Amino acid sequence: MSIEIKTATLEPVRNTFAHIERRFGDKPATRYQEATYDVQSEKYFHYRPLWQPEMELNDPRRTALVMEDWYAFKDPRQFYYGAYVQQRAKMQEVAESNYSFFEKRDLKRLLGDDLQKNVIRYLIPLRHFEHTANLNNMYGSSQGYGTAITQALLYDGMDRLGIAQYLSRIGLILDGNSGDALGEAKAYWMNDEIWQGMRALCEETTVTKDWFELLVAQDLVLDGLVYDLVFNQYDTWLADNGGQDISMLTEFMQLWNKDNTRWVDAVMKVAVAESAENKALLEGWVTNWKAKAVAALTPLAEEMLDAEAMDKAVAALDKRLTKAGLFK
Amino acid sequence: MAAKKLNIKDKYRLLTRDLDWEYSYSDRKEAFPYEDFEGIKITDWSKWEDPFRLTMDTYWKYQAEKEKKLYAIFDAFAQNNAHMNVSDPRYVNALKIFLTGVSPLEYQAYQGFAHTGRQFGGVGARVACQMQAIDELRHVQTQIHAMSHFNKFFDGFQEYSHMHDRVWYLSVPKSFFNDARAAGPFEFMIAIGFSFEYVLTNLLFVPFMSGAAHNGDMATVTFGFSAQSDEARHMTLGLEVIKFLLEQHEDNVPIVQKWIDKWFWRGSRLLTIVSMMMDYMLPNKVMSWKEAWEVYFEEAGGALFKDLARYGIKMPKYADVIEKEKEHISHQAWWTFYTHGHAAGFHTWIPTDEELDWLSEKYPETFDKYYRPRWELAKEMEAKGERFYTKALPQLCTTCQIPMLFTEMDDPTQTAYRDSVYNGERYHFCSDGCKDIFDDEPEKFVQSWLPVHQIFQGNCGGPDVGDVLSDFYHMNLGADNMDMKGSPDDLRWKQWKGVA
Repeated sequence: MSIEIKTATLEPVRNTFAHIERRFGDKPATRYQEATYDVQSEKYFHYRPLWQPEMELNDPRRTALVMEDWYAFKDPRQFYYGAYVQQRAKMQEVAESNYSFFEKRDLKRLLGDDLQKNVIRYLIPLRHFEHTANLNNMYGSSQGYGTAITQALLYDGMDRLGIAQYLSRIGLILDGNSGDALGEAKAYWMNDEIWQGMRALCEETTVTKDWFELLVAQDLVLDGLVYDLVFNQYDTWLADNGGQDISMLTEFMQLWNKDNTRWVDAVMKVAVAESAENKALLEGWVTNWKAKAVAALTPLAEEMLDAEAMDKAVAALDKRLTKAGLFK
Repeated sequence: MAAKKLNIKDKYRLLTRDLDWEYSYSDRKEAFPYEDFEGIKITDWSKWEDPFRLTMDTYWKYQAEKEKKLYAIFDAFAQNNAHMNVSDPRYVNALKIFLTGVSPLEYQAYQGFAHTGRQFGGVGARVACQMQAIDELRHVQTQIHAMSHFNKFFDGFQEYSHMHDRVWYLSVPKSFFNDARAAGPFEFMIAIGFSFEYVLTNLLFVPFMSGAAHNGDMATVTFGFSAQSDEARHMTLGLEVIKFLLEQHEDNVPIVQKWIDKWFWRGSRLLTIVSMMMDYMLPNKVMSWKEAWEVYFEEAGGALFKDLARYGIKMPKYADVIEKEKEHISHQAWWTFYTHGHAAGFHTWIPTDEELDWLSEKYPETFDKYYRPRWELAKEMEAKGERFYTKALPQLCTTCQIPMLFTEMDDPTQTAYRDSVYNGERYHFCSDGCKDIFDDEPEKFVQSWLPVHQIFQGNCGGPDVGDVLSDFYHMNLGADNMDMKGSPDDLRWKQWKGVA
């Protein structure tokens, strides 16, 4: 038996906003739809930006990619702000309990000096890579067009700041909050041969002007290769060499990467399917940045792992490219 | 060995400030290209004092808790048809102004702070701007969600995004933020981060949210409470920005002063619409516009400028004119909307006798003398079935884009007109403040997309104004606008409440 509370029913005059109705028909809309579609101003801007007078304030011409409708980039996760922060808060809660467990049990003891040095040399410098990813995603968010993609870029940018901070915390756990491990890792980043290719490439991304090209470079190519090398292959190596507890501290990054990859792959699929011109453009960008990224990462991959590691990472990326409809 | 305890400042430095590095391979100037052209001198970004030291994990946690509570209220509000609990259906028109005129500004704020959050060379300032960017996105989205339910039961919300880009009076807030975003990154921070967020937000955001509280609108007021801690962070950022710029180099002082003069004037013009909302549109009043101005600008702002005097910063130019305007602008604005009520996206009405008495009491120097007689006349005309709508389109000020509705403040019977000639063309202004702003950057303000000019140039459809309103603005004449009395909103309300 069920009980039924009687409420006053009022017939609504309309189901949703007019621009949502024009897109999806006259029916109740989701929160993602109302928070996303056609929210960004499109026309009749008053002044050209002093800092870029050849463009309007919101202008689809800031990338060479052409879309009939920029709202085609629907986020498969349907993240609007509220959904985004609540999802990340759940991940954060798990991470917090992992970090306190690690610290409370002083699991650092079990790592041994060599393994700790290994982590400082290969894992901690990535906080600077994440910082670059923060800049590049903010760039896309501010230069991009249409709320569907610019909000997802903003979430990605903030995620990367969070990941840079988690990596820094790992350093602080290792050095007992002295900051020495972070200093050492930064010295590797600044001076050590194995990191210079990556640092140069990171610097190069921040002077790249086309925001969609930058999305390809950062979120598809570089992230694809780095996350496979570090949070997949290096994680396995750590587990096989007595460093499995480190995985507790990088679980957030692994989960995040899974989640973010879903969005990046969906973006690529839509962009490729739009036109032959887009496909050619994307293939050019991927080819160019992949060559640079492989050259930059190879010395690191070889020293951190072995001679095959880079090929494995490239194979994993290529599989995703094919699935997105590129190079076929 | 026990790990040493880090204080919050050191921890934040290690977790955040230390992430950036000196470039060796690319030109850092090319990565952060917009820092020089405004003439601002930054000698050392490391002197930036973080206004708040929030790491992302904490941010996600706090904000998610707030969102969970907020959306629970939204759900309950919709489930219980709580729009029926508002004081009077006239109140909902204040929300229409908010969604069409203010929420899109939150979006522009997101875009502006995302831009500075990428472009500033100092990591501390960048990250603070990024957090404000994502907060602002939160605000626009939660406002849309808060008003989504009202949209289902009242007219005038449904085309807010389309209208914001086109409608004559909405070009006032739109151009305000366009101006700030089109400026360099430092001017944007003084315009929005400091002038708007730190000083004027109490006169924009707070009146709407207090209005919601006083008029039984649980959804909007809950949003307001939920956004309060975000706003507090934004205010500390605004204050840090101005102190940082003034401390970096003495040459920055006159530039910052010029921006303060500009943005306080522009801000006070933008607030005209809030003044009429407070004095005329809230069935249950919070306080008069004049009182709000005295508390939030004259007292709070005055104290702030006293504090900034040690850097050589003076009160904004025309503060004396603004002081006189508090007696007039709400009345001048509501009269303009009342007489153009067929071209607005919301309903207008004659204040009730009780409300007229309240206005007389709150504005003893001006209301009975200048404004009450107009309403008495409007009442007579309405009684005779001759509710007045003007046929004319108003002339707009080239700078603030408000119709020329303001008077000389020393002679409230005389409309104020100013003009400037630039490249052989004459441009018109509502005030010395707006004229000064134009004269300082004419090449920027000649670009203004003035809605009335655009209509006359045939860029908004036509041929009649009625066609522009329906086809170009997407307004449903008589449903979305004109008088509240007899409108579909009014009729539905009576039906819901079971009164004839």
